[in-house]
Amino acid sequence: MNAEAAADPAWTDAVWAATLFAVDPHGLGGITLRTSAGPVRDHWTALLRALLDARQPWRRMPSHIGDERLLGGLDLSATLQAGRPVAQRGLLAESDGGVVLVPMAERLSAATAARLAHVLDRGEIGAEREGVAQRWPCRLGIVAFDEGRDDDPALPSALADRLAFRCDLGALGWGYIGEAAHGAADIQAARQRLPQVTLAEPIAQALCATALRMGVASLRASLMALRAARAAAALHGRSEVIEDDARLAARLVLAPRATVAPAQPEPPADEAPPDPPPPPPEGGTESAPGRDDAAQALEDRLIDATQAALPAGLLAALLSGEAARSAGRVGALSGSPRSGRPVGSRAGSPRGGARLNLIDTLRAAAPWQRLRAASAPPGPQRVQVRGSDLRIARLQQRAATATLFVIDASGSSALHRLAEAKGAVNLLLAECYVRRDQVGVIAFRGRAAEVLLPPTRSLVRAKRSLAELPGGGGTPLAAGLQAALAMATLVRRAGAVPVVVLLTDGRANVALDGGPGRARAEADALQMARLLRGARLTALLVDTSPQPSAAAQRLAQAMDAPYRTLPHAGAVELSAAVRALPRQGH
Amino acid sequence: MATAFPFSAIVGQDEMKLAILASAVDPRIGGVLVFGDRGTGKSTAVRALAALLPPMRAVVGCRYACDPADASAHCDDCATLKAKAKPKTHLVPVPVVDLPLGATEDRVVGALDLERALTQGVKAFEPGLLARAHRGFLYIDEVNLLDDHLVDLLIDVAASGENVVEREGLSVRHPARFVLVGSGNPEEGELRPQLLDRFGLAVEVRTPTELAQRVLVVRRRDAFERDPAAFTAEWHDEDERVRKRIVGARKHLNEVRVDDAVLERAAKLCMALGTDGLRGELTLMRAARALAALDGDRAVADVHLKRAAKPALRHRLRRDPLDDTDAGARVDRAIREVFAA
Repeated sequence: MNAEAAADPAWTDAVWAATLFAVDPHGLGGITLRTSAGPVRDHWTALLRALLDARQPWRRMPSHIGDERLLGGLDLSATLQAGRPVAQRGLLAESDGGVVLVPMAERLSAATAARLAHVLDRGEIGAEREGVAQRWPCRLGIVAFDEGRDDDPALPSALADRLAFRCDLGALGWGYIGEAAHGAADIQAARQRLPQVTLAEPIAQALCATALRMGVASLRASLMALRAARAAAALHGRSEVIEDDARLAARLVLAPRATVAPAQPEPPADEAPPDPPPPPPEGGTESAPGRDDAAQALEDRLIDATQAALPAGLLAALLSGEAARSAGRVGALSGSPRSGRPVGSRAGSPRGGARLNLIDTLRAAAPWQRLRAASAPPGPQRVQVRGSDLRIARLQQRAATATLFVIDASGSSALHRLAEAKGAVNLLLAECYVRRDQVGVIAFRGRAAEVLLPPTRSLVRAKRSLAELPGGGGTPLAAGLQAALAMATLVRRAGAVPVVVLLTDGRANVALDGGPGRARAEADALQMARLLRGARLTALLVDTSPQPSAAAQRLAQAMDAPYRTLPHAGAVELSAAVRALPRQGH
Repeated sequence: MATAFPFSAIVGQDEMKLAILASAVDPRIGGVLVFGDRGTGKSTAVRALAALLPPMRAVVGCRYACDPADASAHCDDCATLKAKAKPKTHLVPVPVVDLPLGATEDRVVGALDLERALTQGVKAFEPGLLARAHRGFLYIDEVNLLDDHLVDLLIDVAASGENVVEREGLSVRHPARFVLVGSGNPEEGELRPQLLDRFGLAVEVRTPTELAQRVLVVRRRDAFERDPAAFTAEWHDEDERVRKRIVGARKHLNEVRVDDAVLERAAKLCMALGTDGLRGELTLMRAARALAALDGDRAVADVHLKRAAKPALRHRLRRDPLDDTDAGARVDRAIREVFAA
C-alpha cells in the first residue's frame, strides 16, 4: 500500500478488493460495493476497468432486466427473417470472461439474484426458454453496487454470499481517495502465476478458524478467503501464500461478514484430527492437522487484522444483535405485483393494455405457413400472421401482502392484556402463514418504538420475537405509528401491500420526542395517525383496554381504520376482520 | 458439461447423502427435498449423483429413452419403432436434468416443434425437459423461487409418471417417470405445506460448525477446483464402491423382507407423530427397505426404520406454524418412545 499513505482505509481496502478481483474475477465471484452513485464510485469503477484487460467484456446490467435479455432466448427478428428459430445469447452469456456491473443491486429480486448465483456456481448458463434449449459458457465476475441507505435492506444474500469482497465507500469524501498501486501489466503477470500458487495447510486452517470465530457461517466465505489469499500471493510474485496474503484476505473477505465480535480462542483442547486426511496440497506434505503453537499464533494475528478492520460502531451494533437486520429482506418477494407475472397465454388481441405474447403468436401461426404461403400473392417469403393467431399474455396479479403488527407493550396496556394481545397476534400469524404473507413486528414501550422483526416470511421468527417481548413503561404511541409508517413505506417500495394491525388501548403518554405529557402525546399520536391515513395505508385498530376507550376510537377514526375491541374480537373474529380489510393498491 | 465433484468426497451431510442414495435405489420413494443453509453442498451432492449412476439400457431412437425390458411403458416413439422391427438398444447415462431458473412452461412440458413448423409446416411435438428426465432425476435448485404453477405441474407429473400435453392443437402423452430433487434455502421463503408433503424424503442440511470438518470441506473444494481431473481420479475408487452399493441394492431390493413386526412399528411411529394419510407410512417403508438393500441386508430391521424415519416423516407432521420445535427433534422423540416400548 505504498502510494496510498494519505488515502482512507476504506478506500485502500476497496482498491485491494478491485486488484485481487481483477486477478481472478470468476473465482472470487465479485465485489459488493456499498455507496451511492457519485464521483468516488466512478473513480473506483474506472480504476477497476483499467486493471482489467481491455478485451474483457464489461457490461452493465439493469436491476429490472427480464429473463429474455438476461438468460437468452429466441431472437424474434432473426427468427422471422430466417424462417427458422434463431437463438440469442443473453447479457450473461455475452459477458463470458468479463465483468458484469449491477447498479442498484439492493433492488434485485430474489429470482434475478438466484440466476446470477447459479451462473457464478456453474460457470455456464442454460436457457430453456420459449423454444430455445441452449448452453453457453459463462465465467464472469459481478460488481454489485449497493446503493441502499442505512435502513434499506442489503442485497439478496444468495448473491452476496458468492461475492468475495464487501466494501463500503459510503462515508468517503473526494479527498480520501487515491490511486491503485498496481497496473494492468501486474494483473496479467499475476494471472499467469495464479495456477501455480500453493497454499499450505496451516494457512488454510488459520483462515477457517478465523471465519469460525468471527461467526462467518457460510463455508463459501472461507473458500473465498483462500482464493483471495492466492490471488494476493500471485500479485506479489510469490509461488506460495504467506501470512501477509492470508491476513489481507481475512481483512477483505471475512471481516465484513463478521456476525459476532471474535471471542477469545477456545483453550487448545486436544481435538481429534479430521478423520480421512484431506488431499494434500500440491507438494505440501508437512500438513499436520491440529494446532501447534505456530498455527495458534498465526490465527491470533489473523484475528487481530480482522478486528482492526471493523468499524467501532458496527461492532457495537453487532454485539447488540442488530446484525440480523437484513434477514427479512425485500428480495424475498416473488414478482412485482404492479405488472403481474406472465402465466401462459390465451387467444385474444392486444387491446386495453394487454401484452402480445409474440412467441406464442408465432407458434400459433407456424403450422399454417405452408398453406398460407400457397394462397398468398407471390412476393417475398414472410411469416404470415392472421388475427386468429394472436395470443396475449395472461398475467397473474398476486400482490404479496405484508402484515405489520404494531403492539403496545406499555404498562398502561396492562400486562395481562399484553398476553391476550400476543395470543391474538399468534392467531393472526397462523392466518398469515396460510396466505404466505409476510409479517413484521413493531413494539412500543417506554420512550420509543422498536422494530422487533422486519418483514419476513419466517413465522417462527415472528413468534419468537413476540415471545421475547417484555411489557411495561410508558406509551409512546406516536413513535409506534411512526415506525409503522416507515416500515410500510419500505414494504411498498419493495412492491408489496402493507397492512397495519395496531394493538393498543390508545392511551398515549409519551410524545414523539420522548417527552412526557398525556395531552401532547395524544396530539402527536393523532397527528401520526392522520399521516398514516394520508399515506392511504390499510389498517386495523384493536383496542386492548378492558372497556372500549374513547382515545382508541378517536385514533381509529383519524387513521380511517376499522375499530375492534379485544374482548369482543375473539381471536377467530379478529382474523376474520383482518381478512375483510380492503387491499388498497399503491 | 463440467466435471462434477465426486460424491464420496462430500464431507459429512450423511443424512442428505443417504436420502439421495435411497431414492436412487428405489425411485418410488418419491424424490428428495434438501433444505438448508447456504454453501452446504446441496447442489453439489445432486450433481455428483449423475456421475455415480451406472448407465441404463434404452431403446435406440426413442426420444424418451424407454426401457426395452419394460413392457408397460409404451410411448409413441417405441410403438412406431416396434411396428417395424425389434428395436435396437444401447446404454445411455442416467439423465440428471437440471431445471434452470427462468425455464418456461413450453420447454418443461414440451411444445410444438417450432423449427419444423416454420421450415416444413409440420405439426410435430418437441419433447421438453420432462421427457429428457424420464427414468432419471429432475433437479430444481431454489425450488422455492420457482413459479407456483410450474412446481404444481412438476409434482403432478412426478406423481403420475406421465406427461400429458394439450396445447397448440397437440395432444401428446408420454412416460415421464423421474425422481424429483429439490433444494432450497428456507430464508428465501417457506415452501407451501401441500408441496412439502409431495416429496418423499426431506432432509435438512446445516453448515458444519466444527473447525476440522470445515477445513476439510474447504480444502477438498479447493483441490477440486484447482485440478478437477486429478481430484476426481483420486476419488474414483471410493465412488466406484458407492456405485457398486447402488447396483447391488437395486438388484436385491425386491428380495428384502419386511416383517409384520416392523410394519407395525412403522405404523405406530406414524400414529405417534400424527402424520396425515398413508403416504408417510408407505414412504417410510420404502425408504427403510432401500436402506436395508444398501446395507446388503435381506430384511428390514429397526436400525433401518430409525434411520429412515427422520427424512421420511419430518415434513409430514401436522404442522403448527408457530411451534418452532425442530421437526427432526419431534421425530427423534417419537422414535425413542416407540422403540422403548
